[in-house]
Amino acid sequence: MTEKKIRVLVAKPGLDGHDRGAKVVARALRDAGMEVIYTGLRQTPEMIAEAALQEDVDVVGLSILSGAHMALAPRILELLKANGQDKVCVFIGGIIPDEDMPRLKEMGITGIYGPGASTEDIIKDVREAVQ
Amino acid sequence: MSLTQSVLEGNRLALARLLTQVENNSPEGRSALAELFPHTGKSHLIGVTGAPGTGKSSLVNQLALHYRKNLDKKVAIVAVDPSSPFTGGAVLGDRVRMRDLFGDSGVFIRSMATRGSLGGIAQTTAAVVQVFDAAGYEIVIIETVGAGQSEVDIARLAHTTLVVEAPGLGDDIQAIKAGILEIADVLVINKADRPGVENTERALRTTLELAHPTQRVFRHHGQAMTVAGAVTDSKLWIPPIHKTVATEGKGIIELAASIAKHAEHLRNSGDWAARDRARLGSEMEALLQETLMSQFFDSVPQETYEEIIQNVLNRNLSPYEAVKALLNGRAPRQE
Repeated sequence: MTEKKIRVLVAKPGLDGHDRGAKVVARALRDAGMEVIYTGLRQTPEMIAEAALQEDVDVVGLSILSGAHMALAPRILELLKANGQDKVCVFIGGIIPDEDMPRLKEMGITGIYGPGASTEDIIKDVREAVQ
Repeated sequence: MSLTQSVLEGNRLALARLLTQVENNSPEGRSALAELFPHTGKSHLIGVTGAPGTGKSSLVNQLALHYRKNLDKKVAIVAVDPSSPFTGGAVLGDRVRMRDLFGDSGVFIRSMATRGSLGGIAQTTAAVVQVFDAAGYEIVIIETVGAGQSEVDIARLAHTTLVVEAPGLGDDIQAIKAGILEIADVLVINKADRPGVENTERALRTTLELAHPTQRVFRHHGQAMTVAGAVTDSKLWIPPIHKTVATEGKGIIELAASIAKHAEHLRNSGDWAARDRARLGSEMEALLQETLMSQFFDSVPQETYEEIIQNVLNRNLSPYEAVKALLNGRAPRQE
């Protein structure tokens, strides 16, 4: 049997167009041996859930710098669950105020990474989450 | 209900999960493939290859839209991108160009990495395609990056192979690169709104003429000379050249018509069956090789193998003699 690869969807939901962070993370995950399905900008929660399903990903990584995380995160989690993909771990990178973090974790977000987060930490956390 | 049964009934989650099993070459994947195989053989497999930057993904996006909107055919897209030979990872970015296909349950897009395979497709791409075939996707488009000999891999797998070019990428040389004309069933010049498209077209046509000469009359110093060409065989398919601007949807309908004509030609000439035979034959050979090698190494103790290699290194044995010895199951006596 071939070695199992970790498949990660990297997406930017909503209208914010700053994708440098998402691309940096995508490259870092690739260099860590993972397969990154990069879907790019202006994804709706429905598009993200549909891509996650078709690609049977282990992890969904959302890049959100727009402040809309409290609306987008629960919607995406809800759609993943509705599609039968509740085992998928969702990580968020971007601009997330400290006071929103506990609520997001409660909803089911596995990891939250702000500016200055290290890609090593992200890689380690993704590997642990998929175990 | 088994995974296979769910897939045959149209369950998309089951399909996605089965594709993963097949891609990972798991025992469950292999037994599912055996169950699904009788249901295959109905799809038209279309390969799309070409150098990076020629607009293949955008083209595939438009073709898929056409098949859905105008012909109501279910479409599966397998988008293959290379894995890093150093890290084993990959960025699979072809979906970025296929936003228009979202929300249509008659489309399924799956991204695959080559995972160490040297050609343009992964070892398991053929198996993934079979799953889509069994699941009822009448059109399966396999998109790969054309580099080196990878075009040959895709041509073996697909019924109809499209080779995509674009102006201004040094095409005069690209056009005569060995392999392209041997495998292309349809040639596409995408980004046809860019300068240089006439040169690209001319280069392709000239090379096509050299490969498929037809009778021509030359006016040479005022004297007409008939140049005999290849026998005009009604079974011969000469690849048409299509100009497209994928991002604007231009030329797509004509391209699809050629693809359909090619399918018809394959069926009428008996080539469809011949290609299927070649494809399944080479798949079987690859599996045979893999299985035989694995069985062989299971039967030879590691020490025996090491001893024989050492003999070769010491120049006591030639590699040929070493193989004979291995196959006879014992180490030969040293000089």
